[in-house]
Amino acid sequence: MARLQFHPCGNYRESYGEELRIFETDYGRAALLAGLVLLFAVVPFISSAYFLYVINLAGIAVIGAVGLNILIGFTGQISLGHGAFIGVGAYGAAILATSLHLPLFLAVPLAGCVTAAVGMIFGIPSVRLKGLYLAIATLAGQFIIEYVLIQWEGLTKGTMGIVLPQATLFGLPISGDRGFFYLIFALAVFMTWTAKNLFRTRSGRAFMAIRDNDRAAEGMGIPVFPYKLLAFGISSFYAGVAGALWAYYTMSITPEPFNLDLSIEYIAMVIIGGLGSITGSVFGALFISGLNEILRSLFDLLTNLPLLQGMELNPAALRQFVFGLAIVLFILFEPKGLAEVWRVVRSNFRLWPFSY
Amino acid sequence: MKAFRADPELFRSRREQGDRADLSVDGLTLRFGGVVAVNDVTLRVRTGEFLSVIGPNGAGKTSLLNCITGYYRPQEGSISFNGRNVTHMHTHELVREGIGRTFQNIELFPGMSVLSNLLLARHIHYRYGFLPAALFFPSARREEVRHRRIVEELIDFLEMQSIRHRLVGSLPYGLRKRVELGRALALEPKLLILDEPFAGMNLEEKEDMVRFLRELHGEWKRTIVLVEHDMSIVMSLSERIAVLNFGEKLAEGTPGEIQDDPEVTRAYLGPSEEG
Repeated sequence: MARLQFHPCGNYRESYGEELRIFETDYGRAALLAGLVLLFAVVPFISSAYFLYVINLAGIAVIGAVGLNILIGFTGQISLGHGAFIGVGAYGAAILATSLHLPLFLAVPLAGCVTAAVGMIFGIPSVRLKGLYLAIATLAGQFIIEYVLIQWEGLTKGTMGIVLPQATLFGLPISGDRGFFYLIFALAVFMTWTAKNLFRTRSGRAFMAIRDNDRAAEGMGIPVFPYKLLAFGISSFYAGVAGALWAYYTMSITPEPFNLDLSIEYIAMVIIGGLGSITGSVFGALFISGLNEILRSLFDLLTNLPLLQGMELNPAALRQFVFGLAIVLFILFEPKGLAEVWRVVRSNFRLWPFSY
Repeated sequence: MKAFRADPELFRSRREQGDRADLSVDGLTLRFGGVVAVNDVTLRVRTGEFLSVIGPNGAGKTSLLNCITGYYRPQEGSISFNGRNVTHMHTHELVREGIGRTFQNIELFPGMSVLSNLLLARHIHYRYGFLPAALFFPSARREEVRHRRIVEELIDFLEMQSIRHRLVGSLPYGLRKRVELGRALALEPKLLILDEPFAGMNLEEKEDMVRFLRELHGEWKRTIVLVEHDMSIVMSLSERIAVLNFGEKLAEGTPGEIQDDPEVTRAYLGPSEEG
């Protein structure tokens, strides 16, 4: 292409290869590049330790949310067990690192593979069940995994939890929030990109076909059930990697965080971000992680008010209330989620200052 | 500009391969509980033939097609395609054998663009692994472009250039039917099965569709089985017609023979006063 294309006033592409690109314009590519430079070169150096910690957790959530969107948003299979799958990934990494002394660069992907296998097992009900019924079946998966994590003390040490060794990558110790920032975001960017690729190629299209019309998908030569299982596997792989990173980052894990609340939190990310949009899941993950932190500080503020000191406020209830409210508001006013908001904002800017 | 319209590579290559598409259905019986939807039907489709299946509503036409394409499991009888017994194959396996179809009540993927719908039908023809696709290797890119080119030929053939990026859910009915034909063609079927492709269309849309089917059969030598209610279309397109009534095959023959068959007239119009 001879010239950079910034403001498209029409489709001037000259080859099918150009149509395969993720960004329609060079402006989008330039913006992404600038964003990545900002993210990797500036953010870790200007952020406080606390802020970096929040960002790191958000990065982990991005990986998990992209994974869940592959399953719910693109394949149309509702899963209420994503929180438990993240737990499987966390425990997988912890056990591989402590019992087998595997290094991080092996433990993280292997934890992902273990979680993918577990996810595919809990995806088996999808052969017969759809929609709400499948949701209930995966809910059972959530509780079974939680139970196993607590009760299988020989492997998971039960409620005692596991303490992970210092994370090292090829001999270099990954220490502090900044070290993890690079690990987490390198993986988050890479895995978001592969998810994008997935949906401009064969398997991703098969997933969407199953979501839209599984009868016709069968008629297009797609074996529906194996592809549903594949979707469960890929989604759980993302969850497993997210969980493994979490385990390494927090250094010690217990079964508590991987409960139904976490699953609901991820579903909230996917719905608020936009079902069936990779960009949306990134936004949703950042939004919910941010909301979490805002609620935490708001809660600290509230409990310190003299007026409210006598009352016993419950932070968990407040959180659930706000999450529920956010989901309802989004479903009512922007069912396509933040991805749609982002699209509208962009197209308004594109036409600015001459809005048609 | 390359004139795809004149000779789509997809059809040319298939024609040169001399696709065999011999379907034989023997003594096929399908029951739903006590209802016999298809009763002891025997039918032959020969390579290069245009066969229409007609019959009053509820005669079992669509049930027969659903058996052939693996959606229903017949209780008795057998279906063989190119000498292979395909009676108990799954739909997605039959697609690989070379049987492609359209549906009576359009079964497209409404949330995807026309282009994606057609690319999706290329599923079985893709030659790349999962990892090269996820990492979008140059090989995956080349493969995507190759299939895009094939699909664009179909878009040209079916005159859908202006709607290729539209979501199928936003298209009018007639165009959806056309997209569905395109999607079935993208499968590269040896045997193309069309279930009421003209239903609900206006005259212009019907004329376009007739033109496409004529070209597919006449020029590109596709083997076609058509189920249709519009008799003028059936009579002008078909080489042979099979008539079903109450699940049984009533008659079979050329359009002329069928028009003169008293049994067929009775099935459609009821018994005559004198008879």
